[in-house]
Amino acid sequence: MKRLLFLLPVVGFVALLVVFFVGLGRDPRALPSAFLDKPLPAFAAAPFRPGDPNGLSNADFGKGEPALLNVFASWCGPCRVEHPVLMRLRSEGVVVHGLDWKERSPGAGARWLAQNGDPYIRAGDDTSGRAGIEIGVAGVPETFVIDKQGRVRYRHVGAVTPDVWEKKLAPLMEQLRKES
Amino acid sequence: MVLAAALALLAGPAVAVKPDEQLADPALEARALRLGKELRCVVCQNQSIDDSDAELARDLRLILRERIAAGDSDSQAIDFIVARYGSFVQLRPPLRVDTFLLWFGPVLVLVLGGIGAALYVRGRSRAAVAGALSADEEAEVARMLDGDKVS
Repeated sequence: MKRLLFLLPVVGFVALLVVFFVGLGRDPRALPSAFLDKPLPAFAAAPFRPGDPNGLSNADFGKGEPALLNVFASWCGPCRVEHPVLMRLRSEGVVVHGLDWKERSPGAGARWLAQNGDPYIRAGDDTSGRAGIEIGVAGVPETFVIDKQGRVRYRHVGAVTPDVWEKKLAPLMEQLRKES
Repeated sequence: MVLAAALALLAGPAVAVKPDEQLADPALEARALRLGKELRCVVCQNQSIDDSDAELARDLRLILRERIAAGDSDSQAIDFIVARYGSFVQLRPPLRVDTFLLWFGPVLVLVLGGIGAALYVRGRSRAAVAGALSADEEAEVARMLDGDKVS
């Protein structure tokens, strides 16, 4: 038994190696939301789509159905990657709302949606980035999963690729749908 | 050219805070600058919002100044941003249950290592003592040596 004591530092070292190695594969930007399991904070974003009087606010969430809050911008590259996925989700009946973050010219967001397709039920313009700061947005794209009660349950940083949807968001949405 | 280089060398570490962001009151601006150095920019994570040229860092600097001008205390202003971006943005992490390892991990490793080293050194000196012969063994050796003589 005592002989094996010398293994202790070796075991400790191997444990450290594992921790560091796992750390290598983690994205340092992928921080959990500060509002995890808490209600989405109050924010209001003005309407910007032609013929849309609604805009987007925190009151649009928690209406008996889990929803996605997708933060996007017309100038954002990865947003183009996730756009077809969002279009598909919309056609499958998933509730997707959009926040158009920090557009650089007026009307750019509306034009982008008109050209590429509009996956959002509700959408609001956040040119100043103030609404984004209220909910802790660090960049685009970001996607928040909001449960039936309007609480933030997950924050995804980066594009929602088919892989991300199938492995992470879809199972979570399914689970949230079953919650009361 | 040489003058420009000399001036560049003379200049202190630049902060990204632009003149148009600054508060008119120098005392409040000084507080904002001090607090800005404590807040991490979430875009370029190893810079403070004062050092970062990211757009979001600028927005956060402006909000920080807004809060200070509105009469927030230092901790209220910091808490306003921490509430939205999490305590990750505090470059000086607060002492909490979940930051215990961060603060005391190195001490813990030192203490554990020290105990290990002490045990090892003690074990070695005991082994050295054990290397000496006991009274029984001495007698046995003497007997064998005697036996040698007889034969």
